[in-house]
Amino acid sequence: MIVAKQKPLEEIIEELQDYTKILVAGCNECVTVCEAGGKKETAILASSLRMYFLNQGKDVKIDEVTLERQCDHEYLEEIRKVIGSYEAILSLACGVGVQFMAEKYFSVPVFPGVDTCFMGVTEERGVWSERCQGCGQCILARTAGICPVSRCAKRLLNGPCGGSTKGKCEIDKELDCAWQIIIDRLKELGKLEQYEQLSPIKDWSTERAGGPRKITREDIRQ
Amino acid sequence: MRLQYPPNVKIICLPCTGKVDLIHILRAFEKGADGVYVAGCLEGACQFGNGNIKARKRVEQAKNILEKVGIGGERVQMYNLSSSEAPRFVEIAKEMTEKITAMGPNPIKMAKKKMAA
Repeated sequence: MIVAKQKPLEEIIEELQDYTKILVAGCNECVTVCEAGGKKETAILASSLRMYFLNQGKDVKIDEVTLERQCDHEYLEEIRKVIGSYEAILSLACGVGVQFMAEKYFSVPVFPGVDTCFMGVTEERGVWSERCQGCGQCILARTAGICPVSRCAKRLLNGPCGGSTKGKCEIDKELDCAWQIIIDRLKELGKLEQYEQLSPIKDWSTERAGGPRKITREDIRQ
Repeated sequence: MRLQYPPNVKIICLPCTGKVDLIHILRAFEKGADGVYVAGCLEGACQFGNGNIKARKRVEQAKNILEKVGIGGERVQMYNLSSSEAPRFVEIAKEMTEKITAMGPNPIKMAKKKMAA
């Protein structure tokens, strides 16, 4: 999932100072799971903002809605009828949702309520960590299902660097060395000989380095 | 024991303080409550494992938000006591009532009244 964390309340308040009719829009997908912008967080933020503005003596109308997704036309369309009654939207979706909202409702200011961080997993409640950088050319088949692109600080493709000590990365003593995990898993799978095979030079043009990416599938396109 | 506690304290019964959500506390203040306290079981004695620990964290979150929105984090408090401690319950009710009385009314309530006038 896409992992995000809520922006500090002070920053959100600063963004919304000039508006008197605001819609706080949550998203039922990734940001719900990482507890940054789901229905619950939307209600909490809307309530906090209402109290803040009331306490400032400002009459600000703050409503809340949580859409199934903000990255699909059909769900964003659900607010088309009411969008005209708001001066601004605070979207608690990831950066994708915020942008799609801004593209769709071109004349309404849209502000982000979360900082979108990475694609990752829930290690335990309250702890999320990165697993994928969307490099566009998955190499997990060669690396025992552990990704050195997202989990190695140097994105090394042929074994660990000299900074790997006792299975930990030199940038953080708590951080596992991705290559140590890869080797341990290759051993477990009885495929350690794969470690000897050199990875070819990776084509980074499919990653962000090649500019904004797009997938078009004519077989399902309508 | 038939002990008396301040009549301004309104009790909301829950099966466990683990049921208390942050939004419940915030809505109470939005609706005009001057103070909120959560009375949970003693830490380590939760029938459901860690309901009172979760409640403590949520109370901390509420404190943080109330401080930022200018209402005052001290208006919300977590207490731990066992169900057999009636005198302690009364003591807490009095302590909280005195603290909130000293802080004055919820500014949100006052702002709403001012706006309605």
